[in-house]
Amino acid sequence: MSDRRGKVLRKRYAAERRFRRTGAAAVISALVALVVLLGSVLWQGMPAFLEHRVRLEVTLDETVIDPDGTRDPMLMEEANYTGLLRDALVAQFPEASGRREKRALGAILSPGAAYDLRDRVLDDPSLIGRTIAFEALLSDDADLLVRGLGGRDQPETERALSDAQIGWLDALAERGRVVSAFAARLLTSGDSREPELAGVWSAVVGSFWTLLTTLALSFPLGVAAAIYLEELAPKNRWTHWLEININNLAAVPSIVFGLLGLAIFLGFFGLPRSAPLAGGMVLALMTLPTVIIAGRAAIRSVPPSIREAALGVGASQLQSVFHHVLPLAMPGVMTGTILGMARALGETAPLLMIGMVAFIVDAPSGPLEPATVLPVQVYLWAESPERAFVPRTSAAIIVLLAFLVLMNLSAVLLRNRFERRW
Amino acid sequence: MLTLSIAILLFLGALAFWLGRRRALAVSRDGGRLRARAIYYGNFTALWGVLPALAFLLLAAIGGVPGRALVLCSAALLGAAGAWYARSRIAPSLNARVPVERAMRSGLALSSLVAILTTVGIIASLVFEAARFFERVPLSEFLFGLQWSPQTAIRADQVGSSGAFGAIPVFAGTLLITFIAMSVAVPIGLLSAVYLAEYAEPRVRALVKPLLEVLAGIPTVVYGFFAALTVAPTFRNLGERLGLEVSSESALVAGGVMGVMIIPFVSSLSDDVIKAVPQSLREASLGLGATPSETIRRVVLPAALPGVVGAVLLAVSRAVGETMIVVMAAGLAANLTANPLEAVTTVTVQIVTLLVGDQEFDSAKTLAAFALGLALFLVTLALNAIALEVVRRNREQYE
Repeated sequence: MSDRRGKVLRKRYAAERRFRRTGAAAVISALVALVVLLGSVLWQGMPAFLEHRVRLEVTLDETVIDPDGTRDPMLMEEANYTGLLRDALVAQFPEASGRREKRALGAILSPGAAYDLRDRVLDDPSLIGRTIAFEALLSDDADLLVRGLGGRDQPETERALSDAQIGWLDALAERGRVVSAFAARLLTSGDSREPELAGVWSAVVGSFWTLLTTLALSFPLGVAAAIYLEELAPKNRWTHWLEININNLAAVPSIVFGLLGLAIFLGFFGLPRSAPLAGGMVLALMTLPTVIIAGRAAIRSVPPSIREAALGVGASQLQSVFHHVLPLAMPGVMTGTILGMARALGETAPLLMIGMVAFIVDAPSGPLEPATVLPVQVYLWAESPERAFVPRTSAAIIVLLAFLVLMNLSAVLLRNRFERRW
Repeated sequence: MLTLSIAILLFLGALAFWLGRRRALAVSRDGGRLRARAIYYGNFTALWGVLPALAFLLLAAIGGVPGRALVLCSAALLGAAGAWYARSRIAPSLNARVPVERAMRSGLALSSLVAILTTVGIIASLVFEAARFFERVPLSEFLFGLQWSPQTAIRADQVGSSGAFGAIPVFAGTLLITFIAMSVAVPIGLLSAVYLAEYAEPRVRALVKPLLEVLAGIPTVVYGFFAALTVAPTFRNLGERLGLEVSSESALVAGGVMGVMIIPFVSSLSDDVIKAVPQSLREASLGLGATPSETIRRVVLPAALPGVVGAVLLAVSRAVGETMIVVMAAGLAANLTANPLEAVTTVTVQIVTLLVGDQEFDSAKTLAAFALGLALFLVTLALNAIALEVVRRNREQYE
């Protein structure tokens, strides 16, 4: 008898351990998914913060740059810097002869190298006529090859670089002329068709204008609505319905807000397409429920004694709210708002609907100009067929995640620093 | 025009506030005892200066009155007249706080109406555009048709050359991907919630819970990138090695990655409802000799079931409406299949492809996106309403 009981007990304990282990396994698998996701993005994105250049001795021939000796920047801008760079490369490989071979040699450099050289000359015209050491940016394909990702073992017809170009790059690397440096242009330049020249700056500025519009609309409206619902509204069927409506809005798919923006803001009110103003308005409607719900929770957590004390010394109801309750609720309200803004910063789908998918090179200077935002830039680069855009995309994601971490950290700090327990 | 109007309104307000406050201070210096603080008289004049001008500007914008300079000048004049009138009313007998607070109350109430207006705007725009779509394509074809090819055909003899709008394959694809996502998210999310709520030490719980919620904070475009460029090739290679043909845009990858994103929605909501089950139920069960896992399975989970169902329904609505993951990792062609290794399309993918880069507003193709949007909105609305109701009832049960 006791033997059988012991057996049953052992079985039950085994089931207990199994159950417990399954639970732990579920937690661990979710954490593993998180680590793999972030790890793969970091792993793929970090290399994009380095770019490769070739150190060359470039002769800044006056007859090419400024044949008349006027030092007129407009004329010097037009000069053939690509040719100068090619000549410098040919100096490295005298055996390259003929137009086609020289052009293939020049093609291992990015078109951006010529712009860099031009800027250097325009900055300091006294360099003209001298031979300077210059680090010329490699093209995206050459850059991949230098990193060991160029697919050397593929047949020549299937890869971007010819055998000759690979040979030249290997020779340059052997002579110690290939150097790597921090790719500042990833952060400071706008979008480009050339992966090695593309940067996130215009998207960051676009995100800034969009979020500014969102904040300017959803913060005052959300706080006002929260005050009304929590402090002033009568508790009747109408306000109950209003509450249900706000809760439901918080769960409407974001793409539906995009459809609303397309039909009403663009179609009916005729706001400009692709503009941060329209995007910000759509995101404001989307984050409004979050701000209202957070605001109400913060206002509710202020104890009634505060209101009663204010009313007791003769304040009106609105004075008690605006002079006492709201300042005490502010940390909670701001925390909720920052979290809502963080969600808005990561939002993509509704902005696709209102046309913020344009190819934007220059940073927008106001909320009415065509713009794109960081997550949309990630989407655009991810859809691009060029292989060199994969690390760029991951790098853009790293920038996006860095902003999100910053916003969430400030929300947490705000909460820990200013939140009061009553 | 917009910036200029705002500048004029701000200037009017500041000027009127200054005038009103100065007047009130002068009155009180002359021996009149004011019934409100001077700042309220400033606000009173400012409201009388700004509100008429604002109303006029809005009317002019809606009515389309021509002549910018004329409109701006009349608005400024109207505001100045209003402010002057308010200033002339400032006297000890006027309690400026009352009208100012009345205006503030109306402003606060109006702000809460924006939420209603948003809902009305969503419904109006979706219903209006969808109605125009159903003028061209009968509702029965949309709801029951088996062919979805909204693009204009290249050859005349192609199937559905005039564009076919049978949405069944699109709905079926959405269901398939949602099902895959839920079969990842529900077990992992629910078991994590149980483990964290019932077994984990407070220290572990305090560390793991926020980490899980990071999953919900990562932008969906990141998941889309991860699914399309990391997971999809891995699954393809794995399938090749096993001799299976896995599409590079398979439903399995899109749904699986979406499931990972949804884990925290299931886990944190379930965690709340599990925590809400009264401790006395657990103690009674443990006291009768049940092991913790038996208590959880036979007492805690049944008691929390309605809340868990609500959490799952909310997660389903999230999965149905999710856009970027499927836009980047699922297919475009509407295949009617239940094979998770093939490519299927979803409602949200179709909305994006039909509308991105398309400026014409009148073709059946663009209007179809609004019909799909209406279907999506109604389904998610129903799921949310049911889920919130279930969660609410469950919460009341133990309060």
